Amino acid sequence: MEEEIVEEGKVYTESFLVESIRSLKRNRSALVGLTIVIFLIFVAIFAKAISPHNPIEQNLYDNLKPGFWAGNSKNLLGTDEFGRDILSRLIYGARVSVSTGIIAVVIGVLLGSLAGICSGYFGGWIDNLLMRLTDIMFSLPSILLAIVIVSVLGRGLSKAMIAIGITYAPQIARVVRSETLTVKNSEYIESARAIGAPNKRIIRVHVLPNVLSVIIVYTTLSIGSAILDAAALGFLGLGAQPPTAEWGAMLANSNHYITGGYWWVATFPGVAILISVLGFNLLGDGLRDAIDPRLRKKF
Amino acid sequence: MKSYIIKRLLNILIMLFAVSIIIFLLVRLIPGDPARTMAGEHASKEILEEMRKKWGLNKPLWEQYLIWLKYAMRGDFGRSILTHESILTEILERFPNTLELSLFAMLFASTIGITTGIISAVKRYTLFDYISMFLALFGVSMPIFWLGIMLVLLFSIKLNLLPTGGRLSVFYSIKPITHLYLIDSLITLNFGAFLDTLKHLILPSVALGTIPMAFIARITRSSMLNVISQDYIRTARAKGLTEKTVIMKHALRNALIPILTSAGTEFAMLMGGAVLTETIFSWPGLGTYIVQAVNARDYPAIQGAVIFVAFIVALVNLFVDILYAYIDPRIHY
Repeated sequence: MEEEIVEEGKVYTESFLVESIRSLKRNRSALVGLTIVIFLIFVAIFAKAISPHNPIEQNLYDNLKPGFWAGNSKNLLGTDEFGRDILSRLIYGARVSVSTGIIAVVIGVLLGSLAGICSGYFGGWIDNLLMRLTDIMFSLPSILLAIVIVSVLGRGLSKAMIAIGITYAPQIARVVRSETLTVKNSEYIESARAIGAPNKRIIRVHVLPNVLSVIIVYTTLSIGSAILDAAALGFLGLGAQPPTAEWGAMLANSNHYITGGYWWVATFPGVAILISVLGFNLLGDGLRDAIDPRLRKKF
Repeated sequence: MKSYIIKRLLNILIMLFAVSIIIFLLVRLIPGDPARTMAGEHASKEILEEMRKKWGLNKPLWEQYLIWLKYAMRGDFGRSILTHESILTEILERFPNTLELSLFAMLFASTIGITTGIISAVKRYTLFDYISMFLALFGVSMPIFWLGIMLVLLFSIKLNLLPTGGRLSVFYSIKPITHLYLIDSLITLNFGAFLDTLKHLILPSVALGTIPMAFIARITRSSMLNVISQDYIRTARAKGLTEKTVIMKHALRNALIPILTSAGTEFAMLMGGAVLTETIFSWPGLGTYIVQAVNARDYPAIQGAVIFVAFIVALVNLFVDILYAYIDPRIHY
């Protein structure tokens, strides 16, 4: 308890960024998360250079071959039903999954923050309308909402990103709204208004920087679950379409192969999803505690 | 209390009304002409026109909605494009299957989640605490469809202990009374079918219950830690009560509200998780119904099922709120 008070005091003497980084460095699990995330991004960027084979090249003579455990040095993690190299598909899949997760959350955060700031800042009927809309969206499980939106927009990766983004918007809207409400009544906003600053400027210069930390924390905390949701849509055949190497879609038909004993087809994509979601979750938790421990209650 | 429940039920009605408008509009936004879908690729202009007239598609949107609403209020969601059956009948046939799965999954999630959470809080910073909280973190990061596949791989294929999917083996039949197989088979003293149902339930419930279990364990731990540091717990200990009474009676009861909130939300969200779990285990519930409807572009069915799920989620939330008042006498409505 005493430590925290001392830390809080430091906020005034050191820059916000320095303090956040220091707190993050002390958090071992956040560092593990950061390592995983950096590794993933590295793999995604250099997929072409490090993957041993072409991820969509079919080789029907070599289909469903086991990997290194059966002495296969050509396809370390084995091959799938079309003889494609699973390791290469996982490496390219990192590109798809990580970018899907990030883009989906960015879409959600843009929509949600805009709605939340407008709702909190302007109040009145805008606030009422937007908040009732979030109520309605909360009344459905998010993955179901995403499925409905994809069925309206049509299948495909980009549409899945939009659908997931929309389902993430209400939560961030709520949080940003409540932050905006606290900022709105502060004196510096009042004085800005007194000197005749237009709403647009007040929001950009005064409100946005103050709600930014919440937005950053929410973004990192959500990427993990967005990756999960994108994989789920891929698994249901509504997200990434074949032959795109996407982790969820790689699991789509694996039910048939495990009964035949081809366990590797179903195992590795799931491990990849699990590790990357874990990485983003650990980093997000750490970042939340580093930037603003009060947010523990909100997320 | 009564007036509170009535007020909430009215709120649910308004919410469903709003959901129905939005879903109705969304479904109409879908590119493509439903008349052409029904009449086929090569239908003539006259047939298309007749189709539109027959299904009321030539009327303005608001009129179409009012017609739909008029029937929906009588419990008629229309007929499925895919099966030509009444949608509500189909939903009601499948819902008990999803309900039984969700209840069983929730039972699994809350027993293990709450127990683990309590032990973790009491034995804070011990090996047990670290391991269980690490596993809980794993649980929330796990794709449940993959967990389902792995469970099938281990328990059905490698160990041959449990069935890979389905609701009941073909050589059993259960007389429907409540439509919940476990209860029906017990009432009719059909123990063979009871065991078989149980075997079919275990893997899907574990797959569906893992994420809620992880959440409940984390919430229970933090909520218990919060309560344990309170003065009345110190007083209870000082009075010389046994540790068991202090933890189970004084601490747990006060820690229960946040746990119940998260369990309620998780239970409502199970309806979403059920879509994935049911697909893996070929479970004939609402989840597979929705996936099937989406794949067949069966829009009336999607519309009906989504509104039904929204209704169930709202009811669960209401039930949780009522439960608060029983657990915590300080809460009055």
